[in-house]
This record gives sequence, structure tokens and C-alpha cells, in this order.
Amino acid sequence: MSKAQFIIEKNENPSVGWRLLLPILSLLGTFILTSGLILWGKANPLEAYYYFLIAPLSSRFSLLEVLVSSTPLILTGVAVTFAFSAGYYNIGAEGQLYAGAIAAAGLGLIVGKLPMPLAVTVMLVGGFLAGMAWAWLPAWLKVKWAVDEVVTTLLLNSVMAYIVSALLNGPWRNPESGWPQSPEIAPSAHLPKLVAHSRLNLGFLIAVLAVIVLWFVLTRTPFGLKMRAVGLGKPAARFAGIDVERTMLISALVSGGIAGIAGVCEIAGIQYHLTDAISAGYGYTGIIIATLGALNAWGVGAAALFFGVIDTGAQTVSRSLGVPVYLGEVTQATMLLVTLAMFLLQHYRIRRRTSWTSS
Amino acid sequence: MDNIIEMQAITKRFGPVIANREVNFSLRQGEVHALLGENGAGKTTLMRILYGLYHPDEGMIFVRQQAVRIHSPKDAIALGIGMVTQHFALVPTLSVAENVVLGFTGSFRLRYAEIEEQVAAAALRFGIDIDPSAIVGNLSVGQRQRVEILKALYRNAKVLILDEPTAVLTPQEVDALFETLRRLQKEGLSVVFITHKLDEVMAITDRVTVLRDGQVIETVETAHTSPSALARMMVGRETFGVSRRSSMEAGAPALQMVGLHALDDQNMPALKNINLTVRHGEILGIAGVGGNGQRELAETLSGVRPPTAGRILVGEHDVTGGSPADFTAAGVGRIPSDRHKGVVGELSVAENLTLERLMEFTKGMTLDRAAMLAYAEDLIAQFQIKARPTDPIRTLSGGNMQKVLLARVLARNPKVVIAPQPTRGLDIGATDYVREQLLAQRKRGAGVLLISEDLDEILALSDRIAVIYEGEIVGLLPAQEATAEQLGLMMAGAVKEEVNDV
Ligand SMILES: Nc1ncnc2c1ncn2[C@@H]1O[C@H](COP(=O)(O)OP(=O)(O)O)[C@@H](O)[C@H]1O
Ligand SMILES: [Mg+2]
Repeated sequence: MSKAQFIIEKNENPSVGWRLLLPILSLLGTFILTSGLILWGKANPLEAYYYFLIAPLSSRFSLLEVLVSSTPLILTGVAVTFAFSAGYYNIGAEGQLYAGAIAAAGLGLIVGKLPMPLAVTVMLVGGFLAGMAWAWLPAWLKVKWAVDEVVTTLLLNSVMAYIVSALLNGPWRNPESGWPQSPEIAPSAHLPKLVAHSRLNLGFLIAVLAVIVLWFVLTRTPFGLKMRAVGLGKPAARFAGIDVERTMLISALVSGGIAGIAGVCEIAGIQYHLTDAISAGYGYTGIIIATLGALNAWGVGAAALFFGVIDTGAQTVSRSLGVPVYLGEVTQATMLLVTLAMFLLQHYRIRRRTSWTSS
Repeated sequence: MDNIIEMQAITKRFGPVIANREVNFSLRQGEVHALLGENGAGKTTLMRILYGLYHPDEGMIFVRQQAVRIHSPKDAIALGIGMVTQHFALVPTLSVAENVVLGFTGSFRLRYAEIEEQVAAAALRFGIDIDPSAIVGNLSVGQRQRVEILKALYRNAKVLILDEPTAVLTPQEVDALFETLRRLQKEGLSVVFITHKLDEVMAITDRVTVLRDGQVIETVETAHTSPSALARMMVGRETFGVSRRSSMEAGAPALQMVGLHALDDQNMPALKNINLTVRHGEILGIAGVGGNGQRELAETLSGVRPPTAGRILVGEHDVTGGSPADFTAAGVGRIPSDRHKGVVGELSVAENLTLERLMEFTKGMTLDRAAMLAYAEDLIAQFQIKARPTDPIRTLSGGNMQKVLLARVLARNPKVVIAPQPTRGLDIGATDYVREQLLAQRKRGAGVLLISEDLDEILALSDRIAVIYEGEIVGLLPAQEATAEQLGLMMAGAVKEEVNDV
């Protein structure tokens, strides 16, 4: 007797076809999983998906908005990739982003007399240093005492949330409105616009530059190779004479710095003041983007742009269809989960096998 | 005699590789059956099929004359088949007893005292010397293997598969293992003994099946064959060993260990007052039973483990407390004892070859990829490595991986070569190659420290032999005066002398 069986095996090298199919399958999976909900909200799922995925790409205005929403995601994605590549699991990009944002909100108040290029440079450097400073403690604990950075960086995110809240309800409470938002930064500290009458600003170019720098460092410099060696095999890296601790420390600090820049770009490019809602979890989304991008600079850039599209789409879908706002969020979350699942699944394949004999 | 296992016309492909080609294999009740063949012959694959880890593409398996399908190790265990693999599957943080019963406990609650008692009883019954309450992470490789065997027996295995069990053992441990096997045989167990060592086949087995390139060459009664006949079947050619060196005058000290102390991972003393000198142009062999401080010695001399006392001199240069990079800079070439921890699997051959000296492959700010590739091409040719520079190193066979590590170390003409277990797990061809390279280093004038648990290797290569026992050097003698028996006694701690060779 022979019986058909399905077995799941590990597939170390997924084919190119599989890789190309992946995004389409993710979309399809998400569509199937969320259609019910959308129908229940009395909307047409196809229409909803049009607003989600196509509409953001179909007008000049929304295209620019996609780039705007991608900016912080690219930066946090790059930040996280920098750390992860060296085997340092920085979950604290969110807090580091706020550290950069605080620095920008503060510096923005005092650089008014400087010419714009100088003011902006001060903001960026300040934000980088602030993000770095906020990343320092967990990194130091990690290399000195082997304290798990996943725990410490995550915990510091909450600490940072309290600091922001204390600032906004204390010294920085807006004197006129009484709202918990910091005073407006000086106009010379604003990141210049790239396109008139849009929100697209220099921040996007900085993000693109960050991707290029990431690519260059990881693939073209000795330090990048050391980072990857440490990330992929600590004992071997140590044995080869690489200073594992120093490599991780530097990567962690640079990672924090880049996350800090993300904060600067939100303050100096979009909001012009600090609130406690500067980031919609960009630091965490950065982790997903880094993973989806397989710690490859271009992959990270592409993943961040994709997230920019669904972010932009999510904002319009509820407005246009009158479905509850949370449906947009649910769909987005579902897409995330499905995409991640698909990403993992590409490393497996299901094979049909006819067994060899009977009993 | 009844066949407890019969495998008929088993074929297994991995992509283009045919690992097993219509293999017929039978195991009789109560026999020790050797599966002999060079690395890559398909021995492990065949037995992984029997244990349910792989599924054959074609062929049938019978257990006690019943055709069976073995989907997973769980099925195999239910059929009374146990396997001890080359890479142990133990939880290092758990005790021996916990590991043995893991997944095989009757009730939900673990009664530790009871478990330890049971495991101790089982150990006694099968004559396996192990402390049930010891934490596995602290055990030597040989001891871990005993835990694995005990684990299989505890699950009522009637057929025991041992995949190259002696590759990680010292002579005494091999003897102990053979003792255990004979005892198991008396209890009615059947054993498949995978090896590529002929003396072991002759010593312990009843029958031999020789595999070459995935095919069975022959199955013979051990009593009716000879080592040379087996060797011919195994390699399909006459074998050549490493020819022993011409005697050379040893030179000035290349590496000196003065009053060296170090701790192990559990912060227990692992090295105690080591005083040894490796001279230029000599191979100093360190013999010893596994787990007597060899790993710590190699790590200390690589700059990976800081000594707690004493000094390390390379030539005139004091490198005590230096980093691995300092040791390399001083002229120490270090071959890692665990190949897989010496290379970064995902990185390419070229990247791994240059990892220690990236500064030499840097142009301005950037890596000089072209120079890295050219350098790798050179070494690949020189060391006969079967790989391309851009291949991820994890795709290489053990022998080729070891060649990469050798190339990385030897290409810089080190003054001192530290070689811990350099041939462990390699096949005959690769082993000969590595040994020849070590002899070439000696001839070039390097001081070679050979740390090996393979006594034959120590005897074949060393000019002088030191014996390590519980972290101390308990004997030092010229190789010409050394006999296996004498070294064995020292390795067992029966003979000790004060050694101060500085
Ligand atoms: N999981 C696997 N994937 C691909 N090839 C494999 C796998 N396992 C073994 N092989 C190949 O099958 C052949 C036989 O390997 P193996 O059974 O491990 O030999 P042995 O145990 O005799 O050294 C080798 O060429 C090996 O590279
Ligand atoms: Mg094998």
C-alpha cells in the first residue's frame, strides 16, 4: 500500500520565483484574513484595498506623503539594522528617537540666530549625539557585564516616555495654549522643503543617505565586515582577533544616533515642536523593517517604503469609506503578521511524498 | 542468526548527491556491526534513515522481519532503536539524570531523587561510569557521550547506533567504551558502530559493512578479513600514512609557558602551574584524556582565555594577558579546536581567510575586495581547498573547512603554531594532509604545539611528548623513548612527575 504524505522541509535557498511571489502571497493572505472584517464594517473589501495600496501611489500629493511617512521608518530601519548586523539586539530605537527629538526641540529654540545650514547641522549633530547617549547605558552594560540588551533597551523606552511627559507637562508646557507641547522651534531650524506646498523635506534625503551609508559600511568597509562577523559568529570573530565588545559598542551607539536623527527629522521637518506622539511606534516598526529587509540596506529601504504606502493608505481608507479607523489599523497589523509569516515560510517548502512501502 | 534490522535497496539523494545508492544492510541479533567508510561515504545518512531523521527515496526497512516506516526518531525509539550522533543533543544546563529522562518521564512531576536513583541504577546495570547529578555542561566530551548512550538504553533501545563514537575519545575512554559495548552485547543488544578506524573494527566488531561513495562494497566477517583488506575496500587504493620526519636539532625557545594557571568556564582551576617550552623546529605533543585542561590550554595560548597567574612568552616577547590580536601579532598561529567556532559560517571563504588581517586588505576607507579574492585564490590553490572564494564557508566539508583554517594560520608563517585536535573528525586524506602541513611547519623552523587526544597522532608527529592530567603536566619525554603504554599510565594519572621545562 502506498500513501501520499506531505512533509515540510527546510529550504535553505529559496528560489528567486519564491521571493518574487512572496509579497503577492502576503497581500492575498491579508486580503482574505481581513475581508470579513471590512464586509462587517459595511464596506467593499476591494475598494478598501484600492485605498490601501493603490490610491497612495496614484496621486502626486499622496506619493509625496508616502515619502514623508517613509522617512522615519527608513531611519529607524537603518538604525536597527546597524545594531542587529553586529548581533546587538537594539529594541530601543523608539526611546533613542525621542532622545533625538528632545535634543532637536531644545536646540531648535536656541539656534534661531544661526543661518539655516548651520542651524540644521547643529540640530542633526545634536540629535545624533542624544540618541547615542541614550543608547550608551544598555550598550555599556552589555559589553561590560553581559546584561541582556533586549531587556534594557526595551525598558529604557518607557523611561524615555516618562521623561518626555515630564518635559511636556513641566518646563516645556506650551505657555499660550497650555497643551503638553513644546514651544515652536526657530524657522531657521526647519529642514528645508524639497517640494513646495508639500511636507516632503530634507529629512527624506537624509534617510536615503542613511541607507547608502549603511550599505557602504556593511559591504565595503573593514568595520562592516567585522560587524557582520561578530553578528554571525561571536566566538569565531573573537578568535580572529576582532574586538567583539568594541564592535558591538560602536554599532549600538551608531544605531542610537541614527534613531536620534529620525527624531530630529520629525521635529525639524514636520512638527516643529515636541509632543508625546511624535512617533507612531516607528522604533518598533524599524525592527520589523530591518527583519523584512533581511538586514540588507536596499531591502531595508524597500521595506520602509512599503510600510510608508500602507501607512498613508491607512489614513485615507477609513475617511473615504466611512469604516471605523481601527479597521485600517487592524488591516495594517494583519499585513505585518502575514508578511512576517511568509518571510519565515519562504525558508520551508512543502513536498508531497509517496511513501516507500506498506506494512 | 536472526536479523533484527534489514535495510533493502535504500537510495537517498540530496539534490545531485547520491548519499546512499541501493544499499543493503542487515544487523544480526546481538552483533556489533561496523559501518566502515571514509568521510562522505554515506554512513551517517544510512543510519539517520534508520533512526527516522531522513526519509529514503527508495528502499524498504524491516525490523524483526516486519516492514516498517520510520517517520521520526520517535518511531525509531518505539521500535527499540537508539542513536548517539556525532553532535550530541544534550541540554547543557540540566543534570545527567534530567537529560537521560527528558521526554521519557512517566508522570508530570519530576521527582529528582527518584530519577537520579533510576538513572544511577541503569548506569550500574550497563556498566557506564557517570555521576547522575552532574551538570552536563561541565562534562567532558567523553562523559557526554556516555550520557547519550545511557539515554538510549534508558529508552529500552535494543539496537544502538553509534556514529563515530571514538572520534572524540582518548585511548582509555575508547577502552571503556569497548568494555561497555561488550557488556551490552552480552545483554543481547545489537550495535551499529560507525567508524573510519580500522583497528577499532578489528578490536570490537563481529561483521563489517564497507561503504564507499554511497555504495556497499562488501559485508564481511571481521574474523575472516584483515586491516589491509578493509583499507583497500574502503579507499579503493593502497593507503599511505605520514612518513616520519628526519631528526632535526631543536632551536631556541619559540613559546614558553612559565608557571601558567587558568580557570575553566565554571571558575574551577583548569591549568595548574604549567612550565613548558616549545622550541623552534620541534613539535611538542600534549597527550591527555579529554577534559584535562586541553581546551583551556589552547585558549590561554590563543589569548581567548586570560591566565590567572604565570607568563606566556613568544620568543622574547611577553604576551601575557594580551588579546587574540596581540598573540597573532606576536607570531602565534592558532588553529581553533572547534572548527565551527573558528569560522563564521555565513561569511565567504575569502572573508574568513582575511578576517584576522583586514587592515592589509583595506584601500583608503574601503575593503579591497579584489585583493581579498586574489589572496583567497592563492591560498585555495596552495592548500588544495575544494571551494570558490565566494562560497559561504558553511557549505564546505569538514576537511576543506580545516584547510581554510590551516591556510589562514600558516599563510603568515607564524613562529608558533598552536594545533589543538587538528584532525578530529577528518577523513584519512584530510588527516594526512593536516599532519603533513604540521611537519612542514616544523621543518620551516616554527615551534608547533600539538594538543591531541589521539595517541597515535601524538606518537607519529611529536619530537617530545608532555602528558596533561587534571590541568597539570605529569610527564615529559622524548618521543623516541615514549611508548603507548607508558603514556597511557600517565594519562590515567597513575604516574606523575614534576615537570619544569623552562
Ligand atoms: N543534509 C544533507 N544535505 C545535503 N547533502 C548531504 C546531507 N547529509 C549528507 N549529505 C551528503 O551525502 C554524502 C554522504 O554523507 P554522510 O552520510 O554524512 O557521510 P559519512 O557519514 O560517511 O561521512 C556526502 O556527500 C554529504 O555531503
Ligand atoms: Mg558521518
